[in-house]
Amino acid sequence: MNAAYVPSDYLPVFIQLILALGFIVTTMIVTHMVGPKRNSQKKDDPFECGIPVVGDARTPISIKYFLIAILFVLFDVEVIFMYPWAVNFKQLGVTGFLEMILFMGLLLSGFYYVIRKGVLKWE
Amino acid sequence: MDLTVLITKAIIILVIFGITLLIATYSTYAERKVAGFLQDRLGPNRAGPWGLLQPIADAGKMFFKEDFIPAQASKWLFILGPCLAMLTALMSSAVIPFGDSIRFGQYEIPVQGIEINIGMLYIFGVVSLGVYGIMVGGWASNNKFSLLGAIRAASQNISYEIALGMSIIAILMMTGSLSVRAIVEQQAEVGFFGWGVFTQPLGFVIFLVCAFAECNRTPFDLPECETELVGGYHTEYSSMKLGFYLFAEYINMFVSSAVIASLYFGGYHYPFAAQAHEALTNALGANTGHNVATAIGTVLFFGKIFFFIFFFMWVRWTLPRFRYDQLMNLGWKSLIPLSILNVIVTGAGLLFNFNYATWAIVAVMVVLAVMSAAKAPKGAVAMQKA
Repeated sequence: MNAAYVPSDYLPVFIQLILALGFIVTTMIVTHMVGPKRNSQKKDDPFECGIPVVGDARTPISIKYFLIAILFVLFDVEVIFMYPWAVNFKQLGVTGFLEMILFMGLLLSGFYYVIRKGVLKWE
Repeated sequence: MDLTVLITKAIIILVIFGITLLIATYSTYAERKVAGFLQDRLGPNRAGPWGLLQPIADAGKMFFKEDFIPAQASKWLFILGPCLAMLTALMSSAVIPFGDSIRFGQYEIPVQGIEINIGMLYIFGVVSLGVYGIMVGGWASNNKFSLLGAIRAASQNISYEIALGMSIIAILMMTGSLSVRAIVEQQAEVGFFGWGVFTQPLGFVIFLVCAFAECNRTPFDLPECETELVGGYHTEYSSMKLGFYLFAEYINMFVSSAVIASLYFGGYHYPFAAQAHEALTNALGANTGHNVATAIGTVLFFGKIFFFIFFFMWVRWTLPRFRYDQLMNLGWKSLIPLSILNVIVTGAGLLFNFNYATWAIVAVMVVLAVMSAAKAPKGAVAMQKA
């Protein structure tokens, strides 16, 4: 295990990134080149089990999904806040623990409100 | 960084990269064999001995299929979708320690792509990017089935990500480091009963369930459930673009198995590892003995990974799919409160220097389950059993 970390420790990330990008780009180009190409008007339609297509998929979708997304942002930020706290947990001791319980209590009361409002109720 | 070290790192990354692709390829074969076994049939057995060349034949077929882009689709986003899914899947294996270290000359190089002190955060970040691949691809297809699949995938992944992050926090509190290697080494210090699964039983279960959901595996495969949505988010895809989506799923499965193995099952550590290391260095000399001990650890680590990959498949061919409201209720109303409780109890236990505090929650949960089963009317229990 390293005692001290320096920015150059991150260099291998770029090696991996270049490798992954190279693999993906090559595969994409090859697969575009080798396959056959036959187009027709019917074939280019979106696949909907053979039923004639009505409109397209750029339609409004249920508000529930947006609510889930907004809740996710709230709670995920909370989780990210907890990472540094968790790493330093042993140094922070009882005070840090109580403070985090207070923080989580506030968030959980919000969570309770969300559940009581029926945001997470799926019909 | 020393150039020799960097070159060795590059070689290690290349090897890990190759192994990842190989395992992902053969996971497709293994999945079909496991499915065949569980459903009392043979599975692929035509291409090569025992059908071993089947994945290569499949990959070849994928390349020679027509690379089809629907007329109404957003062309560039349509191409970008599978590339993003594949890129995030390939990047996530970087920080996993596959073994202790290799010694040659004065160098000591860890068997790991990148040893950084934000390992867990890196995995968490890259995995959460994975949802973009599915979302972009599904939306760009301009197909109603794809759109529904993509939205389902997005909301499912983000819902389970919260509980996933929370269950990791309990581990981080115990180790005080984000480096995956440090987490493995702390488990190794305590020995067999220091493994995460013994100190964090509830966290392990939560993490496992969330890993299933993040990989879109059955019972959480609502984004691509063929009975409702044709093919889900990849309905319109063909050729290697479809191949990328399927491949990304198997790579994700491999990476999450590796993360589960290193967080909760001691990584490359095994019982009596220290004694074995000492015996080997005495018998073979400091460098060779150390390298052999590393090799044993790496092989056992892969054994653990393969077990979890098998577990993923076992569950897939055993359990039926969730309904959407069941999925959301499990994620938001069960796993998130449970993981918060897990964090609090772990913290309280750590303040009193007791590492096994979370067993209290498990005990309470088991008691509650038994009580509710005993209180339920006889007919209900019989129906659940049947």
